[in-house]
Amino acid sequence: MKFGILVFPGSNCDADCYYALKDVIGRDVEYIWHKETAVTGFDALVLPGGFSYGDYLRTGSIARFAPVMPAVVDFARQGGLVLGICNGFQILLESGLLPGAMLRNRSLRFICDTVPLKVEQSNTPFTNQFAPGEIIKLPIAHGEGNYFCDPATLEELRRENRILFSYSSADGEVCEAFNPNGSVANIAGIMNRQGNVLGMMPHPERWVESILGGEDGLRVFASMVNWLERQGVPA
Amino acid sequence: MLKANVYVTLKAGVLDPQGEAVKKSLHVLGYAAVEEVRIGKFIEVWLNEADSETVAAQLKEMSDKLLANPVIEDFRVELVGVERP
Repeated sequence: MKFGILVFPGSNCDADCYYALKDVIGRDVEYIWHKETAVTGFDALVLPGGFSYGDYLRTGSIARFAPVMPAVVDFARQGGLVLGICNGFQILLESGLLPGAMLRNRSLRFICDTVPLKVEQSNTPFTNQFAPGEIIKLPIAHGEGNYFCDPATLEELRRENRILFSYSSADGEVCEAFNPNGSVANIAGIMNRQGNVLGMMPHPERWVESILGGEDGLRVFASMVNWLERQGVPA
Repeated sequence: MLKANVYVTLKAGVLDPQGEAVKKSLHVLGYAAVEEVRIGKFIEVWLNEADSETVAAQLKEMSDKLLANPVIEDFRVELVGVERP
C-alpha cells in the first residue's frame, strides 16, 4: 500500500503528512512533485496544506492547473482515494473534484486554533475509525476556510450524506455560535458523490500523537488504510 | 494590439467579508449614506492580437477557466485598442 503526497511550490504541510503516514502509521509514502505528469503505483493521494503558488488570484486556482493535476483528476475519477487538507481542499474545489468554493473567513482574520468537530458520517473511506456522531478535536489554520455553495448543492450534500465533518461545540451542537469561519452549515469537510475524494479544512496530520496535543487526526489516515486493506487496490 | 479589462465581481448573495469591513470603516469616517460595499478584482490583459472577436472569445475562455470562479464570481470583459509599447 503506497501513499503519494503532492508537493506544489508553497505546500508546507507535506512533511507533516509524510511523518503521519510513514513514521506514525508505518506505510510507504512518496512525495510527488507538481511537475510530474503521472501518478502510477499509488493507492491513495494526499494534497497537503500550504499556500500553493502563493495562493495568487484565488486559493488553489493556479495549483489546479499544475502539470500533475490531470493525472490526479484521472486517479480520482477511477476511484482512487484522494484526501485534500486545507489548501488541498481548496485545490480540489477549484479543480471541480468537489463542489463549492472558499471565501475569506467571515472575520477576515487568519484563524489558528484547535476546534471541536462532529463526525457526521462514519461509513466512509476516511472516517470508518470514528464512531457515528463522535466529537473530536483538530487544529485549523486558514484565512480562507469559509466554505460556500448554493442552496441546491447544500441540499444535495446533506441528502447524499456527503458532509463528513462539521464545526461544533464540545457537546456536538452544530450552530452559528460554533462556526469559526462562516462556512455554510458549519461545513468543515465534504466528500464527492462517488465517496473517494474528501476535502477538509482541519489538519488531521497535525494531531497524530498525544505529544502534539491529540491523536484524533491519526484515525483519518487509519481509516484510509483500513479501507484500502478491505477493498484491495483500486483499479 | 488589444487590451482587455476584466472585472471580476462576487455574485449577488455571496457574502463579501472585505466589503463589509470597508463599509464599516467608511461609516466610521462619517459616510453615513454608504449602504453596501462589494469588492471585486480588476485584471488587465494585453494581447498581441488584432482581431477583437478572437480576443473576446479567448477572454471569455480565460475568465471561465482561471480568472473567475463561476461558483462565486461573475465577470465582464471590456476590450480597448492600444498602441504597441
